[in-house]
Amino acid sequence: MEKEKTLGKEIQNLNEVTVRFAGDSGDGMQLTGTQFSDTTALVGNDLGTLPDYPAEIRAPAGTLYGVSGFQVHFSSNDIHTPGDTPDVLVAMNPAALKVNLKDLKQNGMIIANTDSFDSKNLKMAGYNSNPLEDGSLSNYKLYPVPITSLTSNALKESTLTTKEITRCKNFFALGLSYWLFNRPLEPTLKWIKDKFAKRPEIAEANTIALKAGYYFGDSTEIFTTRYQIEPAHLPKGIYRNISGNEAIALGFITASLKSNLPLFLGSYPITPASDILHYLSLFKNYGVKTFQAEDEIAGITAAIGAAYGGSLAITTTSGPGMALKTEGMGLAVMTELPLVIINIQRGGPSTGLPTKTEQADLFQAIFGRNGEAPIPVLATSTPSNCFYMSLEAARIAIKYMTPVILLSDGYIANGTEPWRLPKVEEIPDMPVKFATEKDGFAPYARNENLARPWALPGTPGLEHRIGGLEKAHITGNVSYDPENHEFMVRLRAQRIQNIQNDIPDLEVVGDPEGELLVLGWGGTYGAITEAVTKARKERLKVSQAHLKYLFPMPKNTKDVLKRFKKILIPELNLGQLATVVKAQFLVEPVSLTKIKGLPFKTSEIYGKIKEILGGGNGR
Amino acid sequence: MADNIDAKEIKLTAKDFASDQDVRWCPGCGNYSILAQVQRSFPDIGVKKENIVWVSGIGCSSRFPYYMNTYGFHGIHGRAPAIATGLKIARPDLSVWVATGDGDLLSIGGNHFIHACRKNIDLKVLLFNNRIYGLTKGQYSPTSEKGKITKSTPYGSVDYPFNPISLALGAEATFVARTIDREPKHMQEIIKRAAAHKGFAFVEVFQNCNIFNDGAYSLLTEKETKADNVVVLEHGKPLVFGKDNSKGIKLDGFKPVVVDLNDGRNSINDLWVHDDHDESPARAFILSQFTETPGLPTPIGVFRAIVKETYDEGIQTQIQRITEKKGKGDLKSLLYSGGTWEVN
Repeated sequence: MEKEKTLGKEIQNLNEVTVRFAGDSGDGMQLTGTQFSDTTALVGNDLGTLPDYPAEIRAPAGTLYGVSGFQVHFSSNDIHTPGDTPDVLVAMNPAALKVNLKDLKQNGMIIANTDSFDSKNLKMAGYNSNPLEDGSLSNYKLYPVPITSLTSNALKESTLTTKEITRCKNFFALGLSYWLFNRPLEPTLKWIKDKFAKRPEIAEANTIALKAGYYFGDSTEIFTTRYQIEPAHLPKGIYRNISGNEAIALGFITASLKSNLPLFLGSYPITPASDILHYLSLFKNYGVKTFQAEDEIAGITAAIGAAYGGSLAITTTSGPGMALKTEGMGLAVMTELPLVIINIQRGGPSTGLPTKTEQADLFQAIFGRNGEAPIPVLATSTPSNCFYMSLEAARIAIKYMTPVILLSDGYIANGTEPWRLPKVEEIPDMPVKFATEKDGFAPYARNENLARPWALPGTPGLEHRIGGLEKAHITGNVSYDPENHEFMVRLRAQRIQNIQNDIPDLEVVGDPEGELLVLGWGGTYGAITEAVTKARKERLKVSQAHLKYLFPMPKNTKDVLKRFKKILIPELNLGQLATVVKAQFLVEPVSLTKIKGLPFKTSEIYGKIKEILGGGNGR
Repeated sequence: MADNIDAKEIKLTAKDFASDQDVRWCPGCGNYSILAQVQRSFPDIGVKKENIVWVSGIGCSSRFPYYMNTYGFHGIHGRAPAIATGLKIARPDLSVWVATGDGDLLSIGGNHFIHACRKNIDLKVLLFNNRIYGLTKGQYSPTSEKGKITKSTPYGSVDYPFNPISLALGAEATFVARTIDREPKHMQEIIKRAAAHKGFAFVEVFQNCNIFNDGAYSLLTEKETKADNVVVLEHGKPLVFGKDNSKGIKLDGFKPVVVDLNDGRNSINDLWVHDDHDESPARAFILSQFTETPGLPTPIGVFRAIVKETYDEGIQTQIQRITEKKGKGDLKSLLYSGGTWEVN
């Protein structure tokens, strides 16, 4: 670490920092965190974010369960997670301190809004004495700042109400954080101007609060040090900061343009999937049609109707909604129409933990339908990967005339990272050929991919009927013939199995064979990558592979698994992939599970790697 | 209709709308008449058969698409309005029809039905109402009368039925009509009017299930009783019914009253004149409740037919407006938007 002095303040260079903003669910912490991340991305750091908020929109102020947090991990190196343990905690009230302190690094920095540490709030957070004064925080670097009153002072000329003025305090905290980590104010200033264009008095107040926070850092004697995190050495290119849900929306619009099919989304609002509906509903000038349906079932069945009419049809949901869509998925299997079902997983079962992350819908995705109803299952691994997996889901759906399930989760959906944008011409086209020729047309005839023809209503001479009853091979007429049923069940299964030949092999990072393979899927990618990287730096014999295609799996999966003595599968469930892998490949993986509604920490996976390879036998 | 007239185009006949599939309803089923009247009406609705799609759910009625030589989609139980909605939004150029039954539309599919009504999506829904579950062999349905004895209600049902016309009106459907399987001419007329309506059109067809609920509508269909028990609604005409049109209905406040046109106390000028374009659904609702009031005849015909923007039009208009404002989207500006930065 280098130190230098400017303007009486020391500047310290750091490689990486994790900051957590925490406050009441009405304090604007998600906004503060998002703005900090976006600015941090623009200055060129690599970053990962983790919003963590309660399901209640405005939980009673000051309560422990009403605490909302947003964690940002940023670095001059390549990073993959939102960070295990924050270096800095910005606590807007006692409850935020209480809930988050246990995660803070020893000797970490606490910036506390002293104004909110009154007897009422302390009591609500369960403090008998004020932790800012009783010495209980002596293991941390404590910076008490009267954020509320400083904000009010800065805005004493404002015509806003006291309540409105108080609400600007998150911008003060943001401004102070920008000063502390040497970030520019301009991106947020511009954002404020655009966001509050219709309320100039609010825009002005937030601008003043933001600048007041920044200048406070500069002028106060409390802070003697500022921190500098140099831009990361990322590969050349043009970048933007992206969340998983945004990337899914962009992915399907891209697929629509590349396939020349209009995009149709049938959806019912559900956390944490609704943002995809919000984003897509903005893109009317791309011809996107979004249908907010009366329920989850109408969401998928309307999408099926749109697919029949020749749209690139998708439906978005989360676990409970997925359950409701089950029958619709069966219909899409039987009618062999292209459709993508996107499940942004959250804590279950039932309503479960709506705002928390989990990976417990894998069984549901692979197996959860009546009858033999195989559906390809794909999973995203990072926010930007959502873009590419969306393209893949669309490609497979169209090419094989099948519904496809795309799994993401709350962690990826709301998390952000810098994304190196692809060149548009490098994204392959997805040609679609509709049936138009009357001669030889049969609704359930098969091409080389065993896909049936896509014949759109409106095409003269191709009038035909499809539906949920078993279809006769070729003609598509209703058939109860036993031989035909078995034939069709096997044919549908084979068609999906063949997709194995059309997806990339499972890639191993690290040695291609050896002691231990950490096999992951979905949002655990970042934590696994950091854990394996760390272990390999310590010369532990461990490799990594990440499944993006869960059903069918890449055809080399078995070979890969057989080359390692041990396989570790970290999952945010009770071991669902481990069970599938056992059944398919007759291997005995070690399962590392966590069901807390939170992502893995790097240290948890690293610890397990050490444990397995412990005693030096892995070196 | 928008197409230029093609001299070579031959006018279609009912036969052109019959598919090559064997019709498998029970002999004597009222569905045969509905199928026949649809096939007879369709050559006159001015839509090419490749532009017509029949969507259905589950139940006897829902086999209907297999028998029509148009495009067809036999869906899942209750979901036909939702499938049809998606199809119509995606393809506003198509004429989309739904064949459904009282269990399919009003029980398992009730939610989709009311929302399709309120959205005024341009679908045509034919409800085959036989007041019984036929395909599952004889359980009571949401339109069965209270006290109905069926396999699932051996001591009589204890719940009250839906009145489908009242329900559709309450859900703001813009076209609401009723006809009877035994009135072929009337049914053809109603089907053609539904086809011509721009917006959501709901047609309840009283349909006899001769196996599980035979005679459900015999009062309305048998020669001896029909005249006194059915009133035919015609726009701009007074409500007259009975043998030799001897009876009429006048409105006493909100209360419909049957009057004798031959007793000298009331003339035809005193009667309720039906106006199916009335913006307010209030009178149509009173008409819909005739069936719940002893002594009043059952109305058939169009209860309500008003025009307002359809859901599918609304979507199209919005897309056009935003596209004109923002310009047609291209891939590069889609991806390279938001705050971007370059790493060299």
